[in-house]
Amino acid sequence: MSTEVLTPEAKPAEPLFSKKNRALITDPLNDNNPITVQVLGICSALAITVKMSNALVMSISVLAVVVVGNVIISSLRNVIPSRIRIIAQLVIAAGLVTLVDIMLKAYVYDVAKQVGVYVGLIITNCILMGRYEAFAMGNKPWPSALDGLGNSLGYAWILLVVAFFREIFGSGAVMGMRVIPESWYSVNGGFYFNNNMMILPPMALVIVGIIIWIQRARNTKLIEAA
Amino acid sequence: MKPAFSKGGKLEKLHWVFDGLETFLFTPGHATEKGAHIRDGIDLKRTMSIVITAMIPCLLFGMWNVGHQHFVALGEFIGHGEGFWDKFLFGAIKVLPIVVVSYGVGLGIEFLFCTIKGHPIQEGYLVSGMLIPLVMPVDTPLWMVGIGAAFAVVIGKEVFGGTGMNILNVALTARAFLFFAYPTMMSGDKVWVNTSVEPGQQVVDGFSGATSLGLAATGHADKVTSLLDSFWGFEAGSIGETSVVACLIGAAILIITGIGSWRIMLAVVLGGATMSGIFNLVGPGLGNAYMQIPVLHQLMLGSFFFGLVFMATDPVTASQTNTGKWIYGFLIGLLAILIRVVNPAYPEGMMLAILFMNVMAPLIDHYVVQANIKRRSKRMNLQTA
Repeated sequence: MSTEVLTPEAKPAEPLFSKKNRALITDPLNDNNPITVQVLGICSALAITVKMSNALVMSISVLAVVVVGNVIISSLRNVIPSRIRIIAQLVIAAGLVTLVDIMLKAYVYDVAKQVGVYVGLIITNCILMGRYEAFAMGNKPWPSALDGLGNSLGYAWILLVVAFFREIFGSGAVMGMRVIPESWYSVNGGFYFNNNMMILPPMALVIVGIIIWIQRARNTKLIEAA
Repeated sequence: MKPAFSKGGKLEKLHWVFDGLETFLFTPGHATEKGAHIRDGIDLKRTMSIVITAMIPCLLFGMWNVGHQHFVALGEFIGHGEGFWDKFLFGAIKVLPIVVVSYGVGLGIEFLFCTIKGHPIQEGYLVSGMLIPLVMPVDTPLWMVGIGAAFAVVIGKEVFGGTGMNILNVALTARAFLFFAYPTMMSGDKVWVNTSVEPGQQVVDGFSGATSLGLAATGHADKVTSLLDSFWGFEAGSIGETSVVACLIGAAILIITGIGSWRIMLAVVLGGATMSGIFNLVGPGLGNAYMQIPVLHQLMLGSFFFGLVFMATDPVTASQTNTGKWIYGFLIGLLAILIRVVNPAYPEGMMLAILFMNVMAPLIDHYVVQANIKRRSKRMNLQTA
């Protein structure tokens, strides 16, 4: 009677960029975009998209906080008691946000003054807690990092597109560089006026709405059954 | 020519554009197919053409008034009767391009959407396209009119599903967009009267291009145009809204043909009268001259009548129930006068009041219907008990 010892077959290590892992980055860019599909982080999309440079700084800050936070929480996921997990996540998020805030003030003071309070408010960005709670608490650090990266990139491109349109029509510039020539403006004898509506938050909502519209028209599986 | 546009034909893609033009202002060829229906002979296209007819007095008077204001500012033809054709032609040259741009842009986008989505062209824009020029100041640059019309058709209407599905009045969406986007061209005292001068002409001393409401909002309530002038419409303002008489002619056409709701019109007047009545009572105590403008005069000023005849009655965005119409209209009148008098940032409250009540209209209808259901079920219980 031969006893077959069942040796647990060693699972081949998953390649770093397996199909599953790649999807973690690409999905949030389109099909599962945090802003246009999950409708999270709308407040900051309305608030800091008047200028592209602000939107860029905000995107990078969010990216740092989500990726690093995801890795930390994912590493600690077996240690954090589940009853106080939200508080633990908040402490980590708050720590990271404070770090980002201090860094911005140290290196890009002008921009830091403009994005001011909104950096502190990253902590209330729903994308953050969403990723920490829904992904990092249940996955290993590497996929968590990718997931954080994907989601914040998905967040970033929407922010930049909205800011692009708001800045070019609202201030006639892109990244602070003048695009619409000064001589076109009516104060200089031209015919052109900046669109004041673009400076106001409602227009950001309209632009996000148009992005959602285009996205759903191209990708019909996003449309809910009526 | 028709076969080329039918299915399989060479110009198949343009079928609905052709269809829209072919049946322009006529009843479409289809008839009721199943069962016994009684069908009114009136449809969307006829409705629209009657509303446009009702707006013609406003348009014609607007053209004349644009010229009138222009020549008065230059100190020529000061009497109302003088230089009729000069004034009318001047106004027509200023106004017609705005009308053309409004229709061109709006219908162009509408045709585009119909072709992409493959549904028949709906003539909803015919009325909006005429209303947009009538609520613009005469000096609005044409590209702004185009942008406003495009925004209103795409964001105000097409995103909700096209004609009949919009929440907000399309023409007012265009105006509100331009008002917030280009405030210097849509308010203030520079835009209402065209003061372009030719060599040898100059603007008379002491000329102010401000509208009556603009004057009143900046603390000159004593300088508003007289009751009679604002009734006839001899005042500065947006192109088509100054004359109460022209609006009343339009109202008569709409009410006689049964297209505009007299309930809404009457309710708006009552609401406006109530609010200005209240202001009359408290005004002297507060020492506010604007509040003391008599009720009738207050209602004649600005675009109150234009808004209530052509915009508050928009059947798509107004309340549908009869009780709802009374509430809806009354609150429009109330809010319009309230915004106008109390908030100097918005000299005319009619636009914002109507847009706000457009948003509220479904809510009003909901509660009216619920109340009706409740009352009836109560009555039923009483009978069975």
